[in-house]
Amino acid sequence: MNLMNYPGHERRGFENLWRVPATGDRRPRSVLLAPRPAPARAEQPVPDPSDWTFDLIERYHEVIRQTADRFGLDTYPNQLEIISAEQMMDAYASVGMPVNYRHWSYGKQFLATERRYRRGHMGLAYEIVINANPCISYLMEENTTAMQALVIAHAAYGHNSFFKGNYLFRMWTDASSIIDYLVYARGYVSECEERHGLEEVEAVLDSCHALANHGVDRYRRPAKRSLAREVTEQEERERHAQQQVNELWRTLPFREEKDGGPQAAERFPKEPQENLLYFIEKNAPLLEPWQREIVRIVRKVAQYFYPQRQTQVMNEGWATFWHHKLLNTLYDDGHLSNGMMLEWMTLHTNVIFQPPPGHPAYSGINPYSLGFAIYSDIKRICDDPNDEDRAWFPDWAGAPWLPTLDHAMRNFKDESFISQFLSPRLIREMRLFSIHDDEARSELEVSAIHDDAGYQNLRQTLSRQYDLGTREPSLQVWNVNLRGDRSMTLRHTQYQDRPLADNAQEMLKHVARLWGMGVHLESVNAAGTVTQNLSVSAPT
Amino acid sequence: MALHIIDRRLAGKNKSIGNRERFVRRYKQQITEAVRRTVSSRDIRDVEQATNITIPKKDINEPVFHHGPGGVRDMVHPGNKEHLKGDLIPRPPGGAGGGSSASDSGEGEDDFVFTLSKDEFMQLFFDDLALPRLLRTAISDTPDWKTYRAGYTRDGTPNNLAVVRSMRGALGRRIALAKGNRRLLQDKKNRLGELLEIGMEDVPEATQLRLDISLLELQIRRVPFLDPIDLRFRGRVRVAVPSSKAVMFCLMDVSGSMDMQRKDLSKRFFILLYLFLTRQYEKVEIVFIRHHTQAQEVSEDQFFHSTESGGTVVSSALVLMHQIITARYPSGDWNIYAAQASDGDNFTNDSAGCRDILAEKILPLVRYFAYVQVAAQVQNLWLEYQKLQELHANFAMRMVSAADEIYPVFRDLFKKDGVEA
Repeated sequence: MNLMNYPGHERRGFENLWRVPATGDRRPRSVLLAPRPAPARAEQPVPDPSDWTFDLIERYHEVIRQTADRFGLDTYPNQLEIISAEQMMDAYASVGMPVNYRHWSYGKQFLATERRYRRGHMGLAYEIVINANPCISYLMEENTTAMQALVIAHAAYGHNSFFKGNYLFRMWTDASSIIDYLVYARGYVSECEERHGLEEVEAVLDSCHALANHGVDRYRRPAKRSLAREVTEQEERERHAQQQVNELWRTLPFREEKDGGPQAAERFPKEPQENLLYFIEKNAPLLEPWQREIVRIVRKVAQYFYPQRQTQVMNEGWATFWHHKLLNTLYDDGHLSNGMMLEWMTLHTNVIFQPPPGHPAYSGINPYSLGFAIYSDIKRICDDPNDEDRAWFPDWAGAPWLPTLDHAMRNFKDESFISQFLSPRLIREMRLFSIHDDEARSELEVSAIHDDAGYQNLRQTLSRQYDLGTREPSLQVWNVNLRGDRSMTLRHTQYQDRPLADNAQEMLKHVARLWGMGVHLESVNAAGTVTQNLSVSAPT
Repeated sequence: MALHIIDRRLAGKNKSIGNRERFVRRYKQQITEAVRRTVSSRDIRDVEQATNITIPKKDINEPVFHHGPGGVRDMVHPGNKEHLKGDLIPRPPGGAGGGSSASDSGEGEDDFVFTLSKDEFMQLFFDDLALPRLLRTAISDTPDWKTYRAGYTRDGTPNNLAVVRSMRGALGRRIALAKGNRRLLQDKKNRLGELLEIGMEDVPEATQLRLDISLLELQIRRVPFLDPIDLRFRGRVRVAVPSSKAVMFCLMDVSGSMDMQRKDLSKRFFILLYLFLTRQYEKVEIVFIRHHTQAQEVSEDQFFHSTESGGTVVSSALVLMHQIITARYPSGDWNIYAAQASDGDNFTNDSAGCRDILAEKILPLVRYFAYVQVAAQVQNLWLEYQKLQELHANFAMRMVSAADEIYPVFRDLFKKDGVEA
């Protein structure tokens, strides 16, 4: 299965899909065809005082676990941690991780969060969940019992099973070693700070953070490492790098007759490299070994978060779908009281609220709402397909819903998920429409609405909207001037003629700081002509 | 599936403190600037509260490569109410097409606002002045005595009796004193038992044994249960502690010649002194005394914001201050500081009197008296005070005419004194 192509109109065989192991799955896994039968109805619901206790959390967890088991949700072991609001803000500030290296930007984040929270502008997120093994979910002390139950269902079962199942997470993140790695990173960075001074380290980190989005491998799978191995390998890398001949420093003349003159001289790198940080880490001529290691740390962390950025709709939608399903089932089985029901339903409704355009709170499509709607719609199409559904989804309309949903969770990312599963009915329900904004024209045009002619178009446009490749500018290391000043040339391939923002010049300074030599940037439009040239000279 | 519930609430608070420090360090200049602005706009008592600091957002932006405006973009929106395919919509002002895509890269023009904690605020405030070290040498602390529990003593009052300790001693003494006799008693009893066993009840040895036994038992019983020698009392030691209380007198001339600008200068000066004292002492009280021809004690608001007119008799304020000190702030218990601000204008015959009151009554009581004249011309009060300066180490005076001179003058006042001390 080639998932990396645009999957816009791709159709896949869905026959026997529950027998096909999901991508990245080494051992065959059995997917339930249908939920296991419900146990006898509970005699009385679990108590629902608004203040939680450890005992209550355990009881709620236990019934949720049993119910999740009935649906065959496959999760990492759970670890629930009770934390205070302040700790939640701490976690918030360090991108949700329990440990992280120190950097002023996290302090900034913390200050901003704290202020908004104190002034009541923002409720804190009810939960943070960490893709680790065991999967760590934070429950905030101030939550009511109903909120805790919701968070357990949402994070500890919804997100957790997504982390364990989705192919991107399986392929790119190693849940069992991330905490170890961050412990190592924190130690390493603070050691560098001691040895080389806060300012030095901060400068490198700033530049790396600026390029973090361009520091991910999109196609290669990283190997798994333990903390101990990480440390020994780091030392080895350092030693090895010391002994290496760097292509950049070659002063022997090239034998030009081989390639037929300087015009046809080979570019370095031979193939354009889109992972800027990787290229810099391996090739930057002037970086100290510790600076290289910091580049590597930022790159690794960016890589860890890469799947999360690609699966926002799917991930949140999946977790929302399952807390909804699990808690409703619990109610049907007599475990939840009416009060609990009303309370979590209110929260649920707030979470999936989609403000219309023009509403003060509108900021695009709410990923919770879209994801939840698609998963719910998949279930509907499986359970009760109509003719339209059969025409659009001939492979799985009417199939058992659990395996279909499982498949939809495992093997897609946002863009492919939307292009495969967004149904015309949902488009109508959400009343989607797309707006075409061409700079060359004075007006915006409504290019498609929720009608027969528009479904395909909307699906494709929306799917593109979630493609990181189009959301972020595409930059590649194009060439390094090996004969002259060792300056690096970056190439920006414009997507739909969209230029880089004004801060590109400032960004190049960050690149130059890491590269240590001059940096040029050429922006190329669809026709292949360079429309913009930027340069910064070598930092002094 | 194993479940772990871990209570982390008590562990690892303030994990972000390192990050926060790095942030403050990085933007120290802007933050110090903001702190300075805040100080000038606040009440004295409030000045040390947590502060909101505003930094222009462009200064703390973390740049990433992102798309700028322009080119072609297609955006899907929910909730269509009125549009049909092909509708043309006028471009909304501001240029950004679909509008919503700005959210991921969104850099609004708003300033970044955050709250500086009290400690951070004070830290920056004093870093800016580089003064606290000087101040510490300048002010020696009055010792105050406090008693602490420390071990046990052999004598004391009954309320301090350490019962357990005393009983333990008594028990030990009883065991020690009776030990030999008990052993003897046991031996004799055994011997008597042996004699009885073989039926020799009436031999003289047995009679002697019986006599000895009753004697020994009596001796053992006579060891007292509790002896005065056993008594232990909880010990207390006196430890010298610096007095933690300070009172600050703010004296200001509110006669007609003191305009708003002069008052503002005075206020800044008072604020600085107050902040120093709050760093140094646990509890700081402020007494505001304003005067024209008469002096009265007033609230802070009245102190700074009401205008009176008329002549000036400085000594009235000094007399009142002395009265208040004797009535409410005995100098043995309180560290007394005074700051006087005036434009130097005084009823001519009064100035010499001021000097006398200060020299004889007030200066011996206060730790420090600072006089600031917020006008440039030298008048008789200044001249009289100058005589004091030479004689008294805890008296200092300066002239200020603009707001930015306040800090240097303040530093100067304390530095001079600190070096001498």
